[in-house]
Amino acid sequence: MSTVEVQHVAKTFIDHLPVLQVVIPLISAPLIVFIGNRKLAWLLAMAASATAFVMACLLLAQVKDGSYISYHIGGWAPPLGIEYRIDALNALVLMLISGIGTIVLPYAYNSVNAEIPKRHHTLFYALYMLCLTGLLGMVSTGDAFNVFVFLEISSLSTYVLVAMGAGKDTRALTAAYDYLIMGTIGATFFVIGLGLLYMATGTLNMADIADRIAEQGTNRTVQAAFAFIVVGMGLKAAMYPLHHWLPNAYTYAPSAVTAFLAATATKAAIYVLLRFMFSVFNPGFHFEDWTLYLIFIPFSLLAMFAASFVAVFQSDLKRMLAFSSIAQIGYMLIGIAMLNATGLSASIVHMVNHGITKATLFLGVGAMVMYSKTSFFDNLNGLGRKMPFTGAAMVAAGLSLIGIPGTAGFISKWVLVQAAFENGWWFIAVAIMLSSLLAVVYVWRMFEVLYLTAPDEGCTATDPPLPMLIPMLILAGACIWFGFDTELTLGSARVAAEGLLAGSAGMAH
Amino acid sequence: MDTSTALYLTMLIPTVAMAGNMVFAARENLRDGITFICAVLTFACVLVILCNVGNGTTGTFALFEVVSGLSIAFHVEPLGLMFAMIASGLWIITHIYGVGYMRGNNEQHHARFFACFSIAIAAVMGIAFASNMFTLFVFYEILTLSTYPLVAHKGTPEAVKGARTYLGILIGTSIVLLLTGVIWTFNVAGTLDFTKGGILEGKIAPTLLPILLGLYAFGIGKAALMPFHRWLPAAMVAPTPVSALLHAVAVVKAGVFTMLKVGIYIFGIDFLASTGASEWLMWLAAYTIIAASVVAMTKDNLKARLAYSTVSQLSYITLGMALATSMGALGGGMHIAMHAMGKITLFMCAGSIYVAYHKTEISQMQGLGRIMPITFGAFFIGALSIIGLPPLGGSWPKFLLMLGAADAGHLIIIVVLMASSLLNIAYLLPIVGRGFFRPVTDNKLPKTYAEAPLLVWLPPAITAAGCIILFFYAGSIQNFLAPIVENTP
Repeated sequence: MSTVEVQHVAKTFIDHLPVLQVVIPLISAPLIVFIGNRKLAWLLAMAASATAFVMACLLLAQVKDGSYISYHIGGWAPPLGIEYRIDALNALVLMLISGIGTIVLPYAYNSVNAEIPKRHHTLFYALYMLCLTGLLGMVSTGDAFNVFVFLEISSLSTYVLVAMGAGKDTRALTAAYDYLIMGTIGATFFVIGLGLLYMATGTLNMADIADRIAEQGTNRTVQAAFAFIVVGMGLKAAMYPLHHWLPNAYTYAPSAVTAFLAATATKAAIYVLLRFMFSVFNPGFHFEDWTLYLIFIPFSLLAMFAASFVAVFQSDLKRMLAFSSIAQIGYMLIGIAMLNATGLSASIVHMVNHGITKATLFLGVGAMVMYSKTSFFDNLNGLGRKMPFTGAAMVAAGLSLIGIPGTAGFISKWVLVQAAFENGWWFIAVAIMLSSLLAVVYVWRMFEVLYLTAPDEGCTATDPPLPMLIPMLILAGACIWFGFDTELTLGSARVAAEGLLAGSAGMAH
Repeated sequence: MDTSTALYLTMLIPTVAMAGNMVFAARENLRDGITFICAVLTFACVLVILCNVGNGTTGTFALFEVVSGLSIAFHVEPLGLMFAMIASGLWIITHIYGVGYMRGNNEQHHARFFACFSIAIAAVMGIAFASNMFTLFVFYEILTLSTYPLVAHKGTPEAVKGARTYLGILIGTSIVLLLTGVIWTFNVAGTLDFTKGGILEGKIAPTLLPILLGLYAFGIGKAALMPFHRWLPAAMVAPTPVSALLHAVAVVKAGVFTMLKVGIYIFGIDFLASTGASEWLMWLAAYTIIAASVVAMTKDNLKARLAYSTVSQLSYITLGMALATSMGALGGGMHIAMHAMGKITLFMCAGSIYVAYHKTEISQMQGLGRIMPITFGAFFIGALSIIGLPPLGGSWPKFLLMLGAADAGHLIIIVVLMASSLLNIAYLLPIVGRGFFRPVTDNKLPKTYAEAPLLVWLPPAITAAGCIILFFYAGSIQNFLAPIVENTP
């Protein structure tokens, strides 16, 4: 171990940002429970997550040039102390998570009133904040075991959040139970992987593990650790064919929860995958290349086609969008498997773009469900015409989901196909394009139901109140905005991809 | 006004028209008046550009960069300027016609209709002035999406089905084939800027060139090259003003315009000629010309017949590009203008017949010419122009294309072009003959002169006159377009 000059670097408020943005939501959760007042609870949650969002923006501004911030918790130097390490990659993901978390909250206030029994409201906000804490923590920490701790915080709170959909449809309970079982298996695999890594290297600090692995080279323990971590995180990321928990969880969870989870939870898991594959393990290892080529590519292709195909035949809009998410995760994973800077930046930028897109769509569906009570296509006839702004937001996001030029989704697709051509993988390029045809089919099905069928007789649906409408419109605007101005998204993603490809060197002290 | 301002205004003004339609949805005279003024202003802006630039080429006006190396950027060059002039000029006429048609026919949702129409025009302007393939692609897709509600306008099951075919083929081809081709081009050439002489020479293996060309040729689904032509007849469920402007001028011409742009500025005519990469495309275009004409003869529905005629005529332009000679490219470019004028006349006449007597099938139009002489007269002139007989505009591009075919040494193509003219006669003139010379069979029809409303019959009369005038100005158009192939022997 190299000797590090130990000094307490954090002196100003700005220096403490890496930990504050996790701690503030964390503290807000018990406070909300103590307060017990629904309105104050919401206000506190809103304040805490907005603060976290501002902090994430400040962090990204600091590291966007490719540098990184290493924060030592309590001044204990790593590898003994816990380190938080922020670079362009996780700052971008942090911004996505806290941004979506914040923007969904105003929407949640009304939506929760409609969907969840009153006595659970404060608990809802507390769990929401815990979930946010977990996701933020898992993304910002540089300590492998800490990832597991935060993963569990976010997962456990997610199970309860999903189950809260039971007020509307009791199938939420089985969905949550399914997710609980699957999620626990995933987390267990992950922690077994960590155990093996600890066995092989004797340390839990990611950068330190990376150094040790680089020194000792590959051996069976390291390989086994890699396998466990990939499968465990793959499960949390709903990597095909480990996606079984996702459709039900997304369909039956309360609308606000679905929007929040769809945009953030799987993305955080993919972030952890990226971090381990590139910064902890080294892509130079043969077993890692094989994993990417022989497992990621075929399964991603399967996800892109099979999940999209299944989505086409869904009779429930939320479920359709859930299957579409599984397909979109295929795009992200195939970008990783391309193992070049362009492909990685495509994956990273797609995490953000798809997060925004899906959040918009789920918020839109949620607003319609307020009126129609179910998200079956049959009950949504002509609602786009009755709810013009909601409909417009969903059209913008739907186009982004297909990847029509002028939307965020197009940028991801462009970069992804470009990466495929850089590798000379023209068949992958063609496959990506063909699978987006399936997206055209299912998105257009939604448009036809919303606009081209006649609304039911005496349909009284109107646009939801402003607190619900504005988040939707902001996100829909973002879908368009990031289709033209890619400086923030693609710019950061490129810096992040460079950092990842620098491998464990990027993590070195 | 400087050129860049005028250029942005050509896209901005139709957008204003769209907003005007949405805001004043309920006040129809105000709304249609605003759109009319916007249409005139748009045309005026194009004329300003024409006065400033003539047939020169301007530098690039980059709006902003989306991804490094890819900008939304515009420039003016002769082919695009001509296309912009046609589209904006005919927008004025079609708008007048559209107002007459929509009111005379009691169609619903006027505001939505004219709003989408305006956006489509803005998209066409973007296509016409795009200075790189990326910008063009963005506006190409906007055009597809903005015309979808127009095709589905009636909301009937057939309209929805037709619109689905329309969208499926256009989006499908553009995403799977065109976008792949564009990204591939960007990958090998490192740029997508339209450059005289092409950007691909020496960058790509000659064996791969026909494949890349295929991605473009089929990917540009709006050019309706067989087998991706089905959307055009399917889109005929739309109200006639849509068919008139969009499917005779804007949408299909955007397709073949893109085809020419790609041939001239991405591949380069010389490069195509020296590698022979486009020869297969030439034969396919020739096949489409003949096959679509044959199909047209079997159609009794007037609009369907005109749709297949369009499929056939569009391939003239694709053929002009694929011949890879300067005469061919010029002929193709000129055919954009001539065919637009002729076909819009035919479509507006079809709409006029529908508004006045709700006839859609040719077999029901016995003797109608004597009741609606202006409509049928205009139809006759338009038909002659499509056939390519002097003294009508349509004769020149065919002449140039034949010269181009002779230059390229493909005499069979000349035979194809002649055969196509004969087929055009066979499917277009009987309609006129039926109208004027057969006895009236439908007793409900009036016995004497009874035209469609003024706003409906006047526009086709104007464009029919345009077909005649263009015959005499073909030389100026040719000179105007000459710079696009100047460096080509």
